[in-house]
Amino acid sequence: MANALAFAALADPTRREVFERLARGPLPVGELAQGLPVSRPAVSQHLKVLKAAGLVTDRPDGTRRVYQIDPHGLGQIRAWLDRFWDVALDAFKAEAERPDDPQADDEEDQP
Amino acid sequence: MSQTITPAAIRKSFTVRATPEKAFRVFTEGFDSWWPRTHHLGSSPLTKAVIEPHAGGRWYSLHEDGSESPWGEVLAWEPPARLLLAWRISHEWGYDPKLLTEVEVRFTPAGGGETRVDFEHRGLERFGASDTANQTRTAMDGGWGLILEAYRTAVG
Repeated sequence: MANALAFAALADPTRREVFERLARGPLPVGELAQGLPVSRPAVSQHLKVLKAAGLVTDRPDGTRRVYQIDPHGLGQIRAWLDRFWDVALDAFKAEAERPDDPQADDEEDQP
Repeated sequence: MSQTITPAAIRKSFTVRATPEKAFRVFTEGFDSWWPRTHHLGSSPLTKAVIEPHAGGRWYSLHEDGSESPWGEVLAWEPPARLLLAWRISHEWGYDPKLLTEVEVRFTPAGGGETRVDFEHRGLERFGASDTANQTRTAMDGGWGLILEAYRTAVG
């Protein structure tokens, strides 16, 4: 994926790798965990987080559980917005902390 | 087979080394100073992003060609503790007056002159239907790359 390197600059890299693998197609946990530098329970944990975040959904397939990106596309939209806000809020934080006023406790600072 | 899910609200919490007053002011009055330039409504580059400082105020951007694009409006203006904005920008980065998602930002004193910022963008289930998902995804993949590029440049 063209954006993979860029994505690596943000958030948890393993979780993003999990997400991007699912973006290529549905996978059961076992296959998802193959080749990842973390344990299978760790991958399950990441999936739990992704699921709670509304990014992925799962369904039973025999004895396995198959994970996929939210089929309604909302997961995609949410993922994009989530990253967008990371960027925007980082910029906000930097601006709010810019030392234009050494007396940060002083509420009287007027521009 | 596939189930309908409601996407969780986007939540971000972090601390800034600034008072709630300053954090609120930078977020609103200083909106233009930090908002990423890479994404905007319309075809003309963004020259200024504005949040009008009162409930009912407009949230909009000005562009190089002189045009103005609405984003939504200020639903609650409670300095320095809370700001609630209507985000009516669709996932295709266009203004849709029928779309209502909410962006809430709370500023809480965290001691030592710091402020805890709790951010939430909710109502995401109102975005998009399945039939637009694929084209949206394509558009967003490209768009996100541009934003990150700007971000990496900014942080060095």
